[in-house]
Amino acid sequence: MNRFIGFIKKEFYHILRDRRSLFILFGMPIVQVMLFGFAITNEINNVDIAILDHSKDVNTKEIINKIATSKYFSIKGFISHEDEIEPTFRKGKIKAVLNFEKDFSKNLVTQKKATVQILTDATDPNTANTISNYIGSILQNYQQELNQGLNLPYQIIPKTRMVFNPELKSVYMFVPGVMTIILMLVSAMMTSISITKEKELGTMEILLVSPLNPFQVIVGKVVPYILLSIINAVVIILLSIFVFKMPVQGSLFLLGAESTLFIINALSLGILISTIAATQQAAMMTSLMGLMLPVILLSGFIFPISSMPLPLQMISNIIPAKWFIIIIKGIMLKGVGLAYVWKETVILIGMTIFFIGLSVKKYKIRLE
Amino acid sequence: MTKDNMIQVENLTKMFGDFTAVNNISFEVGKGEVFGFLGANGAGKTTAMKMLIGISEPSHGNATVAGYNVLTQAEQVKKNIGYMSQRFSLYNDLTIKENIVFFGGIYGLSSADIKEKSQAMINELGLHDMADSLVGSLPLGWKQKVAFSVALLHNPKIVFLDEPTGGVDPITRRQFWEMIYKQANRGVTIFVTTHYMDEAEYCDRVSIMVAGKIEALDTPKNLKHQFQVDSMNQVFLKLARNIE
Repeated sequence: MNRFIGFIKKEFYHILRDRRSLFILFGMPIVQVMLFGFAITNEINNVDIAILDHSKDVNTKEIINKIATSKYFSIKGFISHEDEIEPTFRKGKIKAVLNFEKDFSKNLVTQKKATVQILTDATDPNTANTISNYIGSILQNYQQELNQGLNLPYQIIPKTRMVFNPELKSVYMFVPGVMTIILMLVSAMMTSISITKEKELGTMEILLVSPLNPFQVIVGKVVPYILLSIINAVVIILLSIFVFKMPVQGSLFLLGAESTLFIINALSLGILISTIAATQQAAMMTSLMGLMLPVILLSGFIFPISSMPLPLQMISNIIPAKWFIIIIKGIMLKGVGLAYVWKETVILIGMTIFFIGLSVKKYKIRLE
Repeated sequence: MTKDNMIQVENLTKMFGDFTAVNNISFEVGKGEVFGFLGANGAGKTTAMKMLIGISEPSHGNATVAGYNVLTQAEQVKKNIGYMSQRFSLYNDLTIKENIVFFGGIYGLSSADIKEKSQAMINELGLHDMADSLVGSLPLGWKQKVAFSVALLHNPKIVFLDEPTGGVDPITRRQFWEMIYKQANRGVTIFVTTHYMDEAEYCDRVSIMVAGKIEALDTPKNLKHQFQVDSMNQVFLKLARNIE
């Protein structure tokens, strides 16, 4: 036991005395969560729009008012001619133009219908889509107000409710993803680097000549990173709760246990990488290319897995992060218990055992 | 096997695929002996040494170190040997004291024991001012002296030194060999590889490996006599040329 504590102490000296690793360990998680939480967002807020109103009557005024008072849009200009639409977009500030036809109110009364054109700047298709959806629902709303008290023969009113994330906050999607990336990165990359570092410096040889067996050496190297990763997980969860007001509907204990399982999974991957990579550089590149990219692209963190081509969908199944994201989204947003995520949990446990088994097999107990 | 033999090697062989790195070598080293293990680069010294310290498995043959079989009793072997590698054996980002505490710890020394030993070591090496500075900031010669002392922390019966003085200046090398003699006089067996032929003269006995085989093994004096030359350097060159 004494040996073990000494080993962990030594590992902490390494970590604390190396500014680069210290930054990766603690700076990066916070920076990433903040970045993803605040900067990268697919919500729209205060989008600048312009109005082209050919009729300027009571109805168009009411609609414009409704739009102006919503927090999603701010009206940044009125134009008077179709020719001005394109130059307005070119300037880049205005993201949408509302074009009311001539005699809007009159048409509404006499023909029972009036047209308004929504033009959006689709250089950013996602935002354009969201903007037109939002304006569409404001118009729909207004129409229902007009129809109040009237008996329409047939009417289908879709009532959409966004379950588990009613305000469609993108933070809800990013936090689980960022947490996954960070835990994967810290656990896998840092352990593989720290193990290959000892190989590179030759100190691994000294450790293997000592009475410690290789298993003890590896456990000694890995335990500090388990502790640091758990601290990281706690920091991220606290940030998401207190800074981004993200709910944790399910059990905190289960969340902690599943995170620990994922950390151990990532560590076993790190050990596996260190058995293959001979240098720190190789370990870093392997971790970045082999782990980071798949985690970002194929885990369902940013791009939905269901809309990927079938081969990619199949590949995504072997990525531990995919299962972990399902688990933490389930626990944090849906509040489900183990009964609903046991399958994913079993998959993660299975993968961990597989990685550890493979590393043990690959690990050259007697360095050649 | 005589009781005094700390290392006993019989027909030890190591093959990597078709390549025979160590070819059927046999020798023994007595207690308190300074045994020089010489050979050109690639002659198989390091491979042979790795088998003796239990981090490489022999393909054939047998070896006992400190009375324990390297294949079946590797754990016992490891407890009884010290090892200092040609690459640096301490952690540069730890202080001298922290290194001592760490290595003392993994060899299972008690905290009191470690404290006492590190104090003794610091006194002996005159390191009072440097005990709390990072090993990385020490000159190479000092590092190697500290590494040697650390390899002796757990009172091993045998110390394996793999090119301990590579790149070290002549004065420090001299001091280093004084440390080696001091330990040998205490009864510690020293197994040392080197490329410096003047150092070979300091050894009690010397073996010279060429292409995986031990081609000569005797005291430096006898070897010089046998090859009719007056320095180990010439012995070495003559031997290596004859084989080729």
